[in-house]
Amino acid sequence: MKDDTNEVKLLMAGEAGLVVEFEAVISPEINGLVQQLMKLLKHNTLAGIIEVVPTYKSVTIYFDPLLTTRVRLTQLIEQLLCKIEPLETKCLAARTVHVPVCYGGVFGPDLEFVARYAGMAPQEVINLHTAKPYLVYMLGFTPGFPYLGGMSELIAVPRQEKPRTKVPAGSVGIGGNQTGVYPIESPGEWWLIGRTPLKTFQPASDDPFLISAGDYLQFYAISIEDYFTIRREVESGNYLPKVSQIS
Amino acid sequence: MITTIHPGHFTTVQDSGRWGYQAYGMPIAGAMDRYAMQVANLLTGNSPKAAVLEMTAEGAAFRFDQEQLAAVCGAQMQGKVNGEPVSNWSSFVVPKSGELRFETAAKGYRTYLAVRGGIDVPVVLGSRSTCTRARVGGYEGRTLRQGDVLYVGEDCDFPAAAVQVEAAYIPAYTGAFVLRVLLGPQQNMFSREVIEKFFKSTYAVTNQIDRIGYWLKGPKVVHLDKADIVSDAMWPGAIQIPSNGMPFIMMADHQTTGGFAKIGSVIGADLPKLAQARPGDTIRFCSIEEEEAIQALQAEQQCYAAIKHTVFL
Repeated sequence: MKDDTNEVKLLMAGEAGLVVEFEAVISPEINGLVQQLMKLLKHNTLAGIIEVVPTYKSVTIYFDPLLTTRVRLTQLIEQLLCKIEPLETKCLAARTVHVPVCYGGVFGPDLEFVARYAGMAPQEVINLHTAKPYLVYMLGFTPGFPYLGGMSELIAVPRQEKPRTKVPAGSVGIGGNQTGVYPIESPGEWWLIGRTPLKTFQPASDDPFLISAGDYLQFYAISIEDYFTIRREVESGNYLPKVSQIS
Repeated sequence: MITTIHPGHFTTVQDSGRWGYQAYGMPIAGAMDRYAMQVANLLTGNSPKAAVLEMTAEGAAFRFDQEQLAAVCGAQMQGKVNGEPVSNWSSFVVPKSGELRFETAAKGYRTYLAVRGGIDVPVVLGSRSTCTRARVGGYEGRTLRQGDVLYVGEDCDFPAAAVQVEAAYIPAYTGAFVLRVLLGPQQNMFSREVIEKFFKSTYAVTNQIDRIGYWLKGPKVVHLDKADIVSDAMWPGAIQIPSNGMPFIMMADHQTTGGFAKIGSVIGADLPKLAQARPGDTIRFCSIEEEEAIQALQAEQQCYAAIKHTVFL
Protein backbone atom coordinates (compact mmCIF):
# COMPACT_ATOMS: atom_id res chain seq x y z
CA MET A 1 0.00 0.00 0.00
CA LYS A 2 2.11 2.88 -1.26
CA ASP A 3 0.10 6.08 -1.50
CA ASP A 4 -2.17 5.47 1.46
CA THR A 5 0.39 4.45 4.09
CA ASN A 6 0.92 8.07 5.07
CA GLU A 7 -2.75 8.40 5.89
CA VAL A 8 -2.69 5.57 8.42
CA LYS A 9 -2.39 6.69 12.03
CA LEU A 10 -1.13 4.55 14.90
CA LEU A 11 -2.79 5.87 18.04
CA MET A 12 -2.49 5.22 21.76
CA ALA A 13 -5.32 3.29 23.42
CA GLY A 14 -3.90 3.14 26.92
CA GLU A 15 -0.69 1.19 27.59
CA ALA A 16 -2.31 -2.04 26.41
CA GLY A 17 -3.92 -0.88 23.17
CA LEU A 18 -2.95 0.35 19.73
CA VAL A 19 -5.43 1.83 17.26
CA VAL A 20 -4.56 1.53 13.59
CA GLU A 21 -6.76 4.18 12.03
CA PHE A 22 -7.36 4.46 8.33
CA GLU A 23 -9.22 7.49 7.01
CA ALA A 24 -12.06 8.43 9.40
CA VAL A 25 -14.94 7.93 6.98
CA ILE A 26 -17.63 5.29 6.59
CA SER A 27 -17.09 3.66 3.22
CA PRO A 28 -16.76 0.14 1.84
CA GLU A 29 -13.30 1.07 0.52
CA ILE A 30 -11.91 2.14 3.91
CA ASN A 31 -13.60 -0.79 5.65
CA GLY A 32 -11.98 -3.04 3.03
CA LEU A 33 -8.58 -1.89 4.33
CA VAL A 34 -9.73 -2.75 7.87
CA GLN A 35 -10.79 -6.23 6.75
CA GLN A 36 -7.51 -6.78 4.89
CA LEU A 37 -5.49 -5.88 7.98
CA MET A 38 -7.68 -8.19 10.09
CA LYS A 39 -6.91 -11.10 7.72
CA LEU A 40 -3.19 -10.32 7.72
CA LEU A 41 -3.13 -10.18 11.53
CA LYS A 42 -4.82 -13.57 11.71
CA HIS A 43 -1.87 -15.15 9.93
CA ASN A 44 0.89 -12.90 11.28
CA THR A 45 0.34 -12.64 14.98
CA LEU A 46 2.79 -11.83 17.76
CA ALA A 47 3.12 -13.30 21.25
CA GLY A 48 1.41 -10.82 23.57
CA ILE A 49 -1.44 -9.85 21.23
CA ILE A 50 -4.64 -10.55 23.17
CA GLU A 51 -7.30 -9.70 20.64
CA VAL A 52 -8.02 -7.55 17.63
CA VAL A 53 -11.19 -5.51 17.09
CA PRO A 54 -12.25 -4.14 13.69
CA THR A 55 -14.53 -1.10 13.34
CA TYR A 56 -15.68 1.10 10.44
CA LYS A 57 -12.26 2.59 9.88
CA SER A 58 -9.85 1.19 12.44
CA VAL A 59 -8.34 -1.93 13.92
CA THR A 60 -7.65 -1.86 17.65
CA ILE A 61 -5.06 -4.29 18.93
CA TYR A 62 -5.19 -5.29 22.61
CA PHE A 63 -1.84 -6.51 23.87
CA ASP A 64 -0.02 -7.35 27.07
CA PRO A 65 2.76 -4.76 27.42
CA LEU A 66 4.63 -7.13 29.74
CA LEU A 67 4.84 -9.72 26.93
CA THR A 68 5.49 -7.46 23.96
CA THR A 69 6.18 -3.79 23.29
CA ARG A 70 4.46 -1.06 21.33
CA VAL A 71 7.63 -0.73 19.26
CA ARG A 72 7.57 -4.38 18.22
CA LEU A 73 3.84 -4.21 17.49
CA THR A 74 4.31 -1.07 15.41
CA GLN A 75 7.00 -2.83 13.36
CA LEU A 76 4.61 -5.70 12.65
CA ILE A 77 1.79 -3.34 11.65
CA GLU A 78 4.08 -1.36 9.35
CA GLN A 79 5.15 -4.57 7.62
CA LEU A 80 1.55 -5.67 7.19
CA LEU A 81 0.40 -2.26 5.92
CA CYS A 82 2.85 -2.65 3.01
CA LYS A 83 0.96 -5.76 1.94
CA ILE A 84 -2.45 -4.08 1.83
CA GLU A 85 -3.95 -3.41 -1.57
CA PRO A 86 -5.04 0.25 -1.73
CA LEU A 87 -8.77 0.82 -1.67
CA GLU A 88 -9.52 -2.51 -3.29
CA THR A 89 -12.67 -4.16 -2.01
CA LYS A 90 -13.09 -6.84 -4.68
CA CYS A 91 -10.02 -8.80 -3.58
CA LEU A 92 -11.74 -9.99 -0.42
CA ALA A 93 -13.68 -13.20 -0.63
CA ALA A 94 -16.69 -12.33 1.51
CA ARG A 95 -19.59 -14.40 2.78
CA THR A 96 -23.21 -13.44 2.36
CA VAL A 97 -25.44 -14.53 5.23
CA HIS A 98 -29.11 -14.78 4.20
CA VAL A 99 -31.49 -13.70 6.95
CA PRO A 100 -35.21 -14.49 6.65
CA VAL A 101 -37.53 -11.78 8.00
CA CYS A 102 -41.25 -11.82 8.65
CA TYR A 103 -42.15 -8.18 7.90
CA GLY A 104 -45.02 -6.20 9.41
CA GLY A 105 -47.77 -7.36 11.76
CA VAL A 106 -46.90 -8.05 15.38
CA PHE A 107 -43.25 -8.67 14.47
CA GLY A 108 -42.89 -5.38 12.63
CA PRO A 109 -45.21 -2.96 14.43
CA ASP A 110 -43.60 0.11 12.82
CA LEU A 111 -43.68 -1.04 9.17
CA GLU A 112 -46.82 1.01 8.49
CA PHE A 113 -45.25 4.08 10.05
CA VAL A 114 -42.05 3.72 8.02
CA ALA A 115 -44.14 3.29 4.86
CA ARG A 116 -46.17 6.43 5.64
CA TYR A 117 -43.03 8.41 6.42
CA ALA A 118 -41.38 7.23 3.20
CA GLY A 119 -44.59 7.87 1.22
CA MET A 120 -44.90 4.39 -0.19
CA ALA A 121 -46.78 1.13 0.35
CA PRO A 122 -45.47 -1.24 3.06
CA GLN A 123 -44.66 -3.78 0.33
CA GLU A 124 -42.37 -1.24 -1.34
CA VAL A 125 -40.50 -0.76 1.94
CA ILE A 126 -40.00 -4.53 2.09
CA ASN A 127 -38.87 -4.60 -1.56
CA LEU A 128 -36.30 -1.87 -0.94
CA HIS A 129 -35.13 -3.38 2.33
CA THR A 130 -34.48 -6.77 0.69
CA ALA A 131 -33.19 -5.34 -2.61
CA LYS A 132 -29.48 -5.90 -2.01
CA PRO A 133 -26.96 -7.32 0.43
CA TYR A 134 -25.64 -4.98 3.14
CA LEU A 135 -22.00 -4.82 4.16
CA VAL A 136 -21.41 -5.65 7.84
CA TYR A 137 -18.99 -2.84 8.71
CA MET A 138 -18.54 -3.95 12.30
CA LEU A 139 -20.27 -5.48 15.31
CA GLY A 140 -20.91 -3.56 18.54
CA PHE A 141 -23.60 -2.07 20.83
CA THR A 142 -24.61 -5.55 22.05
CA PRO A 143 -23.07 -8.98 21.34
CA GLY A 144 -23.61 -9.77 17.66
CA PHE A 145 -25.20 -6.42 16.72
CA PRO A 146 -24.22 -5.61 13.11
CA TYR A 147 -23.60 -2.09 11.83
CA LEU A 148 -24.80 -2.44 8.25
CA GLY A 149 -24.18 -0.15 5.31
CA GLY A 150 -25.96 0.40 2.05
CA MET A 151 -29.65 0.73 2.92
CA SER A 152 -31.71 2.80 0.45
CA GLU A 153 -32.11 6.43 1.57
CA LEU A 154 -35.74 6.17 0.39
CA ILE A 155 -36.64 4.22 3.52
CA ALA A 156 -34.49 6.19 5.98
CA VAL A 157 -36.47 7.41 9.03
CA PRO A 158 -35.12 9.49 11.94
CA ARG A 159 -34.69 7.44 15.11
CA GLN A 160 -37.47 7.38 17.69
CA GLU A 161 -36.97 10.10 20.28
CA LYS A 162 -37.86 7.84 23.16
CA PRO A 163 -36.12 4.49 22.92
CA ARG A 164 -38.20 1.38 23.55
CA THR A 165 -36.95 -0.12 26.81
CA LYS A 166 -37.31 -3.65 25.46
CA VAL A 167 -36.81 -4.58 21.83
CA PRO A 168 -37.28 -8.36 21.38
CA ALA A 169 -34.32 -10.41 20.11
CA GLY A 170 -34.48 -10.93 16.35
CA SER A 171 -36.17 -7.59 15.69
CA VAL A 172 -35.19 -5.92 12.42
CA GLY A 173 -35.25 -2.13 12.53
CA ILE A 174 -34.48 1.08 10.74
CA GLY A 175 -32.88 4.10 12.46
CA GLY A 176 -31.79 7.01 10.32
CA ASN A 177 -30.16 5.56 7.22
CA GLN A 178 -29.08 2.47 9.15
CA THR A 179 -30.70 -0.91 9.46
CA GLY A 180 -29.90 -3.93 11.56
CA VAL A 181 -31.08 -6.86 13.59
CA TYR A 182 -31.13 -7.00 17.41
CA PRO A 183 -29.34 -10.18 18.62
CA ILE A 184 -30.57 -9.96 22.21
CA GLU A 185 -33.41 -8.20 23.96
CA SER A 186 -32.17 -4.69 24.62
CA PRO A 187 -33.34 -1.08 24.65
CA GLY A 188 -33.56 0.39 21.16
CA GLU A 189 -34.56 3.54 19.33
CA TRP A 190 -35.05 2.08 15.86
CA TRP A 191 -38.36 1.55 14.09
CA LEU A 192 -39.18 -2.15 14.03
CA ILE A 193 -40.26 -3.43 10.62
CA GLY A 194 -39.96 -7.19 11.10
CA ARG A 195 -38.39 -10.07 12.96
CA THR A 196 -36.11 -12.93 12.01
CA PRO A 197 -36.61 -16.42 13.46
CA LEU A 198 -32.82 -16.85 13.46
CA LYS A 199 -30.73 -16.43 16.58
CA THR A 200 -27.79 -14.28 15.60
CA PHE A 201 -26.18 -14.76 19.03
CA GLN A 202 -26.16 -18.17 20.73
CA PRO A 203 -23.66 -18.02 23.59
CA ALA A 204 -23.78 -21.75 24.35
CA SER A 205 -23.19 -22.79 20.73
CA ASP A 206 -19.83 -23.75 19.19
CA ASP A 207 -20.50 -21.08 16.61
CA PRO A 208 -22.02 -18.35 18.80
CA PHE A 209 -22.13 -15.51 16.28
CA LEU A 210 -23.97 -15.88 12.96
CA ILE A 211 -22.50 -12.70 11.50
CA SER A 212 -18.92 -11.38 11.40
CA ALA A 213 -17.51 -8.00 10.41
CA GLY A 214 -16.74 -8.06 6.69
CA ASP A 215 -19.68 -10.34 5.83
CA TYR A 216 -22.60 -9.28 3.72
CA LEU A 217 -26.10 -9.68 5.07
CA GLN A 218 -29.05 -10.26 2.73
CA PHE A 219 -32.55 -9.98 4.20
CA TYR A 220 -35.40 -11.85 2.49
CA ALA A 221 -39.12 -11.83 3.24
CA ILE A 222 -40.92 -14.87 4.64
CA SER A 223 -44.49 -15.53 5.71
CA ILE A 224 -45.54 -15.89 9.34
CA GLU A 225 -45.97 -19.66 8.74
CA ASP A 226 -42.37 -19.88 7.51
CA TYR A 227 -41.30 -17.83 10.52
CA PHE A 228 -42.65 -20.45 12.91
CA THR A 229 -41.36 -23.39 10.82
CA ILE A 230 -37.84 -21.94 10.78
CA ARG A 231 -38.12 -20.98 14.45
CA ARG A 232 -38.89 -24.59 15.37
CA GLU A 233 -35.86 -25.76 13.36
CA VAL A 234 -33.69 -23.13 15.06
CA GLU A 235 -34.91 -24.16 18.51
CA SER A 236 -34.21 -27.85 17.82
CA GLY A 237 -30.78 -27.03 16.37
CA ASN A 238 -31.70 -28.33 12.89
CA TYR A 239 -31.65 -25.06 11.01
CA LEU A 240 -28.67 -24.48 8.75
CA PRO A 241 -28.31 -20.77 7.97
CA LYS A 242 -27.99 -19.99 4.27
CA VAL A 243 -24.52 -18.69 3.58
CA SER A 244 -23.08 -18.05 0.12
CA GLN A 245 -19.57 -17.02 -0.88
CA ILE A 246 -18.71 -14.07 -3.06
CA SER A 247 -15.27 -14.25 -4.54
CA MET B 1 -22.00 -26.16 48.05
CA ILE B 2 -22.67 -22.51 48.96
CA THR B 3 -26.20 -21.27 49.45
CA THR B 4 -27.09 -17.60 49.03
CA ILE B 5 -28.96 -16.50 52.16
CA HIS B 6 -28.97 -12.84 51.24
CA PRO B 7 -27.94 -11.66 47.75
CA GLY B 8 -26.69 -8.14 48.62
CA HIS B 9 -27.21 -5.23 46.25
CA PHE B 10 -25.48 -6.51 43.11
CA THR B 11 -23.50 -9.71 43.54
CA THR B 12 -22.10 -11.52 40.49
CA VAL B 13 -19.65 -14.26 39.62
CA GLN B 14 -16.55 -12.76 37.95
CA ASP B 15 -13.14 -13.88 36.78
CA SER B 16 -10.38 -12.23 34.74
CA GLY B 17 -12.77 -11.60 31.87
CA ARG B 18 -14.11 -12.87 28.58
CA TRP B 19 -11.34 -11.88 26.22
CA GLY B 20 -11.35 -12.61 22.50
CA TYR B 21 -14.91 -11.75 21.45
CA GLN B 22 -14.95 -7.95 21.31
CA ALA B 23 -14.81 -8.19 17.52
CA TYR B 24 -18.34 -9.61 17.86
CA GLY B 25 -19.54 -6.89 20.21
CA MET B 26 -19.14 -9.02 23.35
CA PRO B 27 -18.11 -6.96 26.42
CA ILE B 28 -15.06 -8.26 28.32
CA ALA B 29 -16.77 -8.25 31.76
CA GLY B 30 -14.61 -9.70 34.56
CA ALA B 31 -13.83 -8.26 38.00
CA MET B 32 -14.03 -4.47 38.21
CA ASP B 33 -11.12 -4.46 40.70
CA ARG B 34 -8.70 -7.00 39.29
CA TYR B 35 -6.19 -6.37 42.10
CA ALA B 36 -8.60 -7.30 44.91
CA MET B 37 -9.82 -10.29 42.89
CA GLN B 38 -6.31 -11.58 42.21
CA VAL B 39 -5.22 -11.15 45.81
CA ALA B 40 -8.33 -13.03 47.00
CA ASN B 41 -7.45 -15.84 44.58
CA LEU B 42 -3.83 -15.90 45.77
CA LEU B 43 -4.91 -16.07 49.42
CA THR B 44 -6.84 -19.26 48.68
CA GLY B 45 -4.16 -20.80 46.46
CA ASN B 46 -6.39 -20.42 43.42
CA SER B 47 -5.34 -20.15 39.82
CA PRO B 48 -5.50 -16.54 38.54
CA LYS B 49 -8.31 -17.71 36.25
CA ALA B 50 -10.54 -18.87 39.12
CA ALA B 51 -13.94 -17.22 39.49
CA VAL B 52 -14.86 -15.20 42.59
CA LEU B 53 -17.93 -13.35 43.84
CA GLU B 54 -18.05 -9.58 43.39
CA MET B 55 -20.30 -7.79 45.90
CA THR B 56 -21.29 -4.18 45.31
CA ALA B 57 -21.98 -1.55 47.99
CA GLU B 58 -23.99 -3.95 50.15
CA GLY B 59 -22.63 -7.34 51.20
CA ALA B 60 -24.25 -10.72 50.72
CA ALA B 61 -24.58 -13.69 53.09
CA PHE B 62 -23.86 -17.35 52.38
CA ARG B 63 -24.10 -20.74 54.08
CA PHE B 64 -21.36 -23.29 53.39
CA ASP B 65 -22.28 -26.99 53.61
CA GLN B 66 -18.60 -28.02 53.86
CA GLU B 67 -15.58 -26.60 55.65
CA GLN B 68 -14.09 -24.11 53.22
CA LEU B 69 -10.99 -21.91 52.94
CA ALA B 70 -12.20 -18.48 51.80
CA ALA B 71 -10.66 -15.03 51.37
CA VAL B 72 -12.07 -11.54 51.24
CA CYS B 73 -10.44 -8.47 49.66
CA GLY B 74 -11.54 -5.06 48.44
CA ALA B 75 -14.05 -2.70 50.01
CA GLN B 76 -14.44 -2.84 53.79
CA MET B 77 -17.73 -4.78 54.17
CA GLN B 78 -17.16 -6.26 57.63
CA GLY B 79 -17.38 -10.03 57.20
CA LYS B 80 -18.54 -12.33 59.99
CA VAL B 81 -18.29 -16.10 60.21
CA ASN B 82 -21.06 -17.34 62.48
CA GLY B 83 -21.13 -13.86 64.00
CA GLU B 84 -17.35 -13.64 64.59
CA PRO B 85 -15.61 -10.84 62.66
CA VAL B 86 -12.97 -11.80 60.08
CA SER B 87 -10.32 -9.43 58.75
CA ASN B 88 -10.55 -7.88 55.33
CA TRP B 89 -7.62 -8.82 53.00
CA SER B 90 -7.25 -12.18 54.70
CA SER B 91 -8.10 -15.82 54.23
CA PHE B 92 -9.91 -17.85 56.85
CA VAL B 93 -11.74 -21.13 57.29
CA VAL B 94 -15.52 -21.23 57.29
CA PRO B 95 -16.58 -24.32 59.29
CA LYS B 96 -19.02 -26.91 58.00
CA SER B 97 -22.57 -25.44 57.99
CA GLY B 98 -21.00 -22.06 58.73
CA GLU B 99 -22.56 -18.75 57.79
CA LEU B 100 -20.52 -15.96 56.20
CA ARG B 101 -22.23 -12.59 56.27
CA PHE B 102 -21.08 -9.22 54.96
CA GLU B 103 -22.22 -5.75 55.96
CA THR B 104 -22.63 -2.61 53.86
CA ALA B 105 -19.37 -1.21 52.51
CA ALA B 106 -17.86 1.27 54.98
CA LYS B 107 -14.95 2.13 52.70
CA GLY B 108 -14.60 1.29 49.01
CA TYR B 109 -17.41 -0.05 46.86
CA ARG B 110 -16.69 -3.62 45.70
CA THR B 111 -15.63 -6.66 47.73
CA TYR B 112 -14.33 -9.97 46.40
CA LEU B 113 -14.99 -13.31 48.03
CA ALA B 114 -12.80 -16.17 46.82
CA VAL B 115 -13.23 -19.79 47.85
CA ARG B 116 -10.46 -22.32 47.43
CA GLY B 117 -11.13 -23.98 44.06
CA GLY B 118 -13.10 -21.06 42.66
CA ILE B 119 -16.82 -20.66 41.99
CA ASP B 120 -17.82 -23.33 39.52
CA VAL B 121 -20.33 -22.04 37.00
CA PRO B 122 -20.36 -23.06 33.32
CA VAL B 123 -17.63 -21.53 31.17
CA VAL B 124 -19.27 -19.47 28.41
CA LEU B 125 -17.04 -18.20 25.59
CA GLY B 126 -13.96 -18.97 27.64
CA SER B 127 -14.99 -17.26 30.89
CA ARG B 128 -17.17 -17.61 33.98
CA SER B 129 -17.73 -13.84 34.23
CA THR B 130 -21.26 -12.53 34.39
CA CYS B 131 -22.31 -9.94 31.82
CA THR B 132 -25.80 -9.07 33.01
CA ARG B 133 -26.59 -6.84 30.03
CA ALA B 134 -26.02 -9.74 27.62
CA ARG B 135 -27.36 -12.28 30.17
CA VAL B 136 -24.23 -14.34 29.64
CA GLY B 137 -21.98 -16.24 32.03
CA GLY B 138 -21.90 -16.44 35.81
CA TYR B 139 -25.04 -17.69 37.52
CA GLU B 140 -27.60 -17.78 34.68
CA GLY B 141 -26.23 -14.49 33.36
CA ARG B 142 -27.61 -12.51 36.30
CA THR B 143 -26.95 -11.20 39.80
CA LEU B 144 -27.36 -13.66 42.67
CA ARG B 145 -30.75 -14.07 44.33
CA GLN B 146 -31.73 -15.53 47.65
CA GLY B 147 -31.62 -19.32 47.52
CA ASP B 148 -29.15 -19.57 44.61
CA VAL B 149 -26.76 -22.48 45.13
CA LEU B 150 -23.14 -22.23 43.99
CA TYR B 151 -20.63 -25.05 43.66
CA VAL B 152 -16.92 -24.97 44.38
CA GLY B 153 -14.55 -25.83 41.53
CA GLU B 154 -11.01 -27.19 41.33
CA ASP B 155 -9.09 -24.15 40.05
CA CYS B 156 -6.23 -24.40 42.59
CA ASP B 157 -2.55 -23.80 41.88
CA PHE B 158 -0.81 -24.28 45.24
CA PRO B 159 -1.50 -25.14 48.91
CA ALA B 160 -2.78 -22.31 51.10
CA ALA B 161 -3.63 -21.69 54.75
CA ALA B 162 -5.34 -18.82 56.57
CA VAL B 163 -3.17 -15.68 56.31
CA GLN B 164 -3.44 -11.90 56.47
CA VAL B 165 -2.08 -9.67 53.68
CA GLU B 166 0.66 -7.30 54.88
CA ALA B 167 -0.45 -3.68 55.25
CA ALA B 168 1.92 -2.59 52.48
CA TYR B 169 -0.19 -4.46 49.92
CA ILE B 170 -3.56 -3.15 51.10
CA PRO B 171 -4.79 -0.09 49.18
CA ALA B 172 -6.33 2.77 51.16
CA TYR B 173 -9.75 3.82 49.88
CA THR B 174 -9.52 7.43 50.98
CA GLY B 175 -12.35 8.80 48.89
CA ALA B 176 -9.95 11.07 47.02
CA PHE B 177 -8.35 9.24 44.14
CA VAL B 178 -5.61 10.28 41.73
CA LEU B 179 -5.77 8.35 38.46
CA ARG B 180 -2.85 8.28 36.05
CA VAL B 181 -3.80 8.89 32.43
CA LEU B 182 -2.21 8.33 29.03
CA LEU B 183 -3.47 10.88 26.50
CA GLY B 184 -5.17 9.72 23.31
CA PRO B 185 -6.38 8.66 20.90
CA GLN B 186 -8.54 11.77 20.29
CA GLN B 187 -6.66 14.37 22.36
CA ASN B 188 -6.48 16.48 19.18
CA MET B 189 -10.21 17.12 19.48
CA PHE B 190 -9.47 19.31 22.53
CA SER B 191 -7.44 22.51 22.87
CA ARG B 192 -4.24 22.54 24.92
CA GLU B 193 -5.94 24.79 27.48
CA VAL B 194 -8.84 22.37 27.88
CA ILE B 195 -6.45 19.46 28.37
CA GLU B 196 -4.47 21.44 30.96
CA LYS B 197 -7.68 22.29 32.79
CA PHE B 198 -8.76 18.63 32.69
CA PHE B 199 -5.60 17.68 34.58
CA LYS B 200 -5.95 20.54 37.09
CA SER B 201 -9.62 19.94 37.91
CA THR B 202 -11.26 17.83 40.55
CA TYR B 203 -14.18 15.65 39.45
CA ALA B 204 -16.89 14.15 41.62
CA VAL B 205 -18.07 10.56 41.23
CA THR B 206 -21.80 10.60 40.41
CA ASN B 207 -24.25 7.87 41.39
CA GLN B 208 -24.13 6.48 37.84
CA ILE B 209 -21.30 4.06 38.48
CA ASP B 210 -22.26 0.62 37.29
CA ARG B 211 -20.12 -2.10 35.74
CA ILE B 212 -20.36 -0.40 32.34
CA GLY B 213 -18.68 2.81 33.41
CA TYR B 214 -18.20 5.72 35.77
CA TRP B 215 -19.87 9.07 35.05
CA LEU B 216 -18.05 11.97 36.63
CA LYS B 217 -19.21 15.53 37.27
CA GLY B 218 -17.07 18.64 37.28
CA PRO B 219 -15.65 21.32 35.00
CA LYS B 220 -16.90 20.76 31.47
CA VAL B 221 -14.36 19.35 29.03
CA VAL B 222 -15.12 21.38 25.91
CA HIS B 223 -14.46 19.93 22.45
CA LEU B 224 -12.77 22.08 19.82
CA ASP B 225 -15.57 21.23 17.42
CA LYS B 226 -17.94 18.30 17.78
CA ALA B 227 -18.01 15.47 20.31
CA ASP B 228 -18.70 12.55 18.01
CA ILE B 229 -16.32 10.47 15.96
CA VAL B 230 -16.90 7.64 13.50
CA SER B 231 -17.60 4.83 15.99
CA ASP B 232 -14.51 2.91 16.98
CA ALA B 233 -13.29 0.58 19.69
CA MET B 234 -13.40 1.30 23.43
CA TRP B 235 -11.36 -0.32 26.17
CA PRO B 236 -11.35 -0.45 29.96
CA GLY B 237 -10.16 2.91 31.25
CA ALA B 238 -11.00 4.85 28.08
CA ILE B 239 -12.24 8.33 29.07
CA GLN B 240 -15.05 9.25 26.70
CA ILE B 241 -16.13 12.87 26.54
CA PRO B 242 -19.69 12.96 25.19
CA SER B 243 -21.40 16.17 24.03
CA ASN B 244 -22.27 17.20 27.61
CA GLY B 245 -18.52 17.49 28.35
CA MET B 246 -18.60 15.21 31.40
CA PRO B 247 -16.04 12.37 31.55
CA PHE B 248 -17.43 8.84 31.24
CA ILE B 249 -14.82 6.19 32.03
CA MET B 250 -15.26 2.73 30.54
CA MET B 251 -15.20 -0.19 32.96
CA ALA B 252 -15.54 -4.00 32.74
CA ASP B 253 -18.91 -4.28 30.93
CA HIS B 254 -18.36 -1.33 28.56
CA GLN B 255 -19.72 -1.49 25.02
CA THR B 256 -17.03 -2.65 22.63
CA THR B 257 -17.55 0.35 20.34
CA GLY B 258 -18.54 3.96 20.88
CA GLY B 259 -18.96 7.18 18.98
CA PHE B 260 -17.54 9.89 21.26
CA ALA B 261 -14.04 11.37 21.50
CA LYS B 262 -11.71 9.73 24.02
CA ILE B 263 -9.37 12.26 25.57
CA GLY B 264 -7.22 9.60 27.23
CA SER B 265 -7.16 6.34 29.16
CA VAL B 266 -6.82 5.61 32.86
CA ILE B 267 -3.88 3.21 33.11
CA GLY B 268 -4.63 -0.43 33.86
CA ALA B 269 -2.89 -0.40 37.24
CA ASP B 270 -5.16 2.44 38.44
CA LEU B 271 -8.50 0.97 37.33
CA PRO B 272 -8.83 -1.00 40.60
CA LYS B 273 -8.84 2.35 42.46
CA LEU B 274 -11.67 3.67 40.30
CA ALA B 275 -13.64 0.44 40.84
CA GLN B 276 -13.62 1.27 44.56
CA ALA B 277 -14.74 4.90 44.16
CA ARG B 278 -18.17 5.70 45.59
CA PRO B 279 -20.70 8.41 44.72
CA GLY B 280 -19.36 11.70 46.09
CA ASP B 281 -15.70 10.61 46.09
CA THR B 282 -13.32 12.86 44.18
CA ILE B 283 -11.12 12.06 41.20
CA ARG B 284 -8.12 13.93 39.86
CA PHE B 285 -6.28 12.97 36.72
CA CYS B 286 -2.51 13.00 36.31
CA SER B 287 -0.88 12.88 32.89
CA ILE B 288 1.95 10.35 32.59
CA GLU B 289 4.10 8.73 29.93
CA GLU B 290 3.73 5.16 28.71
CA GLU B 291 6.87 4.00 30.50
CA GLU B 292 5.38 4.84 33.90
CA ALA B 293 2.19 2.92 33.04
CA ILE B 294 4.26 -0.16 32.25
CA GLN B 295 6.29 0.24 35.46
CA ALA B 296 2.98 0.36 37.34
CA LEU B 297 1.96 -2.93 35.73
CA GLN B 298 5.29 -4.47 36.75
CA ALA B 299 4.83 -3.19 40.31
CA GLU B 300 1.38 -4.81 40.37
CA GLN B 301 2.89 -8.15 39.30
CA GLN B 302 5.54 -7.80 42.03
CA CYS B 303 2.78 -7.36 44.63
CA TYR B 304 1.14 -10.58 43.45
CA ALA B 305 4.47 -12.42 43.63
CA ALA B 306 5.17 -11.14 47.15
CA ILE B 307 1.68 -12.03 48.40
CA LYS B 308 1.92 -15.47 46.85
CA HIS B 309 5.19 -15.93 48.72
CA THR B 310 3.51 -15.24 52.08
CA VAL B 311 0.72 -17.70 51.29
CA PHE B 312 2.80 -20.47 49.75
CA LEU B 313 5.92 -20.94 51.85
